[in-house]
Amino acid sequence: MTQITINTLSNEIESMDAAYSAAGGDAAVLHQHELASLVISGNKVLNANGTEGIVLETQETKHGVDVKMTIKKGYKIPLPVHLCFGLIPEDGLQEINMNFVAEEDSAVELIAHCTFPNAVKIIHRMDAQMHIGKNASLKYIETHFHGPHGGIQVVPRAHIKIEEGGSYCTNFSLVSGRVGYLEFDYSVDAEKDSVCEMVTKVYGKKDDKIKVIEKVSLNGENARSVIKSRLAITDNAESEFRGITEGHAPRARGHVDCMEVIQGNAKAEAIPIVRVDNPLAKVTHEAAIGCVDKKEVETLMARGLEEDDAIDTIVKGMLA
Amino acid sequence: MLSRDGKKILRGVNLEVGDQEIHSIIGANGAGKSTLAYTLMGLQGYEHEEGSLIFDGEDITKLSITERARKGITLAWQEPARFEGLKVRDYLAIGAKNKGGITEEELKDALRKVDLKPEKYLDREVGEALSGGERKRIELASIITMKPKLAILDEPDSGIDVVSLKEIVNLIQTFKENGSSVLVITHRKEIAAASDKASLMCEGVILRSGDPLEISEFFKNRCIPCDSRVSPPKAA
Ligand SMILES: Nc1ncnc2c1ncn2[C@@H]1O[C@H](COP(=O)(O)OP(=O)(O)OP(=O)(O)O)[C@@H](O)[C@H]1O
Ligand SMILES: [Mg+2]
Repeated sequence: MTQITINTLSNEIESMDAAYSAAGGDAAVLHQHELASLVISGNKVLNANGTEGIVLETQETKHGVDVKMTIKKGYKIPLPVHLCFGLIPEDGLQEINMNFVAEEDSAVELIAHCTFPNAVKIIHRMDAQMHIGKNASLKYIETHFHGPHGGIQVVPRAHIKIEEGGSYCTNFSLVSGRVGYLEFDYSVDAEKDSVCEMVTKVYGKKDDKIKVIEKVSLNGENARSVIKSRLAITDNAESEFRGITEGHAPRARGHVDCMEVIQGNAKAEAIPIVRVDNPLAKVTHEAAIGCVDKKEVETLMARGLEEDDAIDTIVKGMLA
Repeated sequence: MLSRDGKKILRGVNLEVGDQEIHSIIGANGAGKSTLAYTLMGLQGYEHEEGSLIFDGEDITKLSITERARKGITLAWQEPARFEGLKVRDYLAIGAKNKGGITEEELKDALRKVDLKPEKYLDREVGEALSGGERKRIELASIITMKPKLAILDEPDSGIDVVSLKEIVNLIQTFKENGSSVLVITHRKEIAAASDKASLMCEGVILRSGDPLEISEFFKNRCIPCDSRVSPPKAA
């Protein structure tokens, strides 16, 4: 009996490894003991490995897992922590509640792969609270892979608080396979002398729907932020981007930079919102929506690519 | 024939490029040289209105850019495209895709041939802060990796410093040695001189073709101001 359980589990580990690789990850890192890692399949924790300075607690729930990760005060974690969340079956619901704390003067880089390679009818919700302590730094790189069918709803929400002198840098990427329905909603409160950089890259196809809301409140003096989004949509896909930056303190600086490339019947909307209520704060924005450059397409065709592959190559360059 | 806004841009082009021949096209600004290059490549908006295009005995007038490229025709633009985010190595590899790919050594070699240090350029972005001359060289390198049967080079020397002109001439000769025919549009005597044949273009007409030095001389001494308006053009 025990034997059977272990087999199922190791099959699942193999499936997750394969899914992790499909999402662009190197599965070997999930099995190295000197590397911290967390692998969640559905509502099962397949692997939770903390290293010195990292406290990792997990609690399986009905449809997902509650995760608490704390980087202890003063610890600068030398190697990235690898996270892998996903569902192998075609349908299901996964709810991840995350609570990240980077204590004072700590530093960590998280590399997350969210993978749903066979998704036909899947809902993945993530609710994250991240607290970045004084002078702490958190880098969060998140890559999604949703498979070829588009039958998935992904709803990541996060609230991030960056304390004085802290830094938060995040990079969300969903560029291969289908998107399905994505509703991305991150908001950041940035205190004095903190830095926030948010980059989002999404490639939508067929009838994918993409909604991205990113909000930064620059609450403290000299807080700085950049919101950068690169969205490419084609066929009948639709995208909506809102980049909101609020300058509430002297010498707070914010910038929103949105570029969207559209093809076919795709529809894009970009709304940068800038609110400033302190005369010494400064927030700027730029937004551009257009089609792929004709000369670039024709150049790649003149090197032998079909038109679609040429456009794909150009768009992937922009999203790289 | 090709017209734009009711104006005829290419009016009488009768051009033959031989196997492994370097053929230069010379002519004044606005003569229609780039237009000719675009028409040969089949770019959108430059489709033939009259006449035909025969390549290796086959009529390719109706073929798309991709189909022409796969038959071995390619074009290096006068002003290369920018490609935000595309790595030099990926750009160079594209031309070799239909020929079973490319090795690291071949990639490096293509860059060395245009006098760029592979270790410095392979992993940079084509659109990223490259100078005009560097982009021109990368454009030429992307032609090298394609090993075309016909390379159409639109002013490969523009934006290239004088010191390097000789390398461009060498490169054109290398194309020939490797089995390509080269149609090169140029304003430089040195490049024309290194050609097997030259044609003079004026107001959308190939006025005459022949020995490159003779054609250059004719262009310099007799063609400015252009007299094709008064005497009906005839191809030599
Ligand atoms: N898209 C266009 N629409 C209208 N006219 C055009 C277009 N493209 C080119 N022309 C005109 O066609 C003529 C030939 O242009 P072309 O670029 O082929 O000249 P060229 O010989 O390559 O000149 P240069 O030596 O300056 O590169 C010019 O008079 C130009 O203004
Ligand atoms: Mg020209």
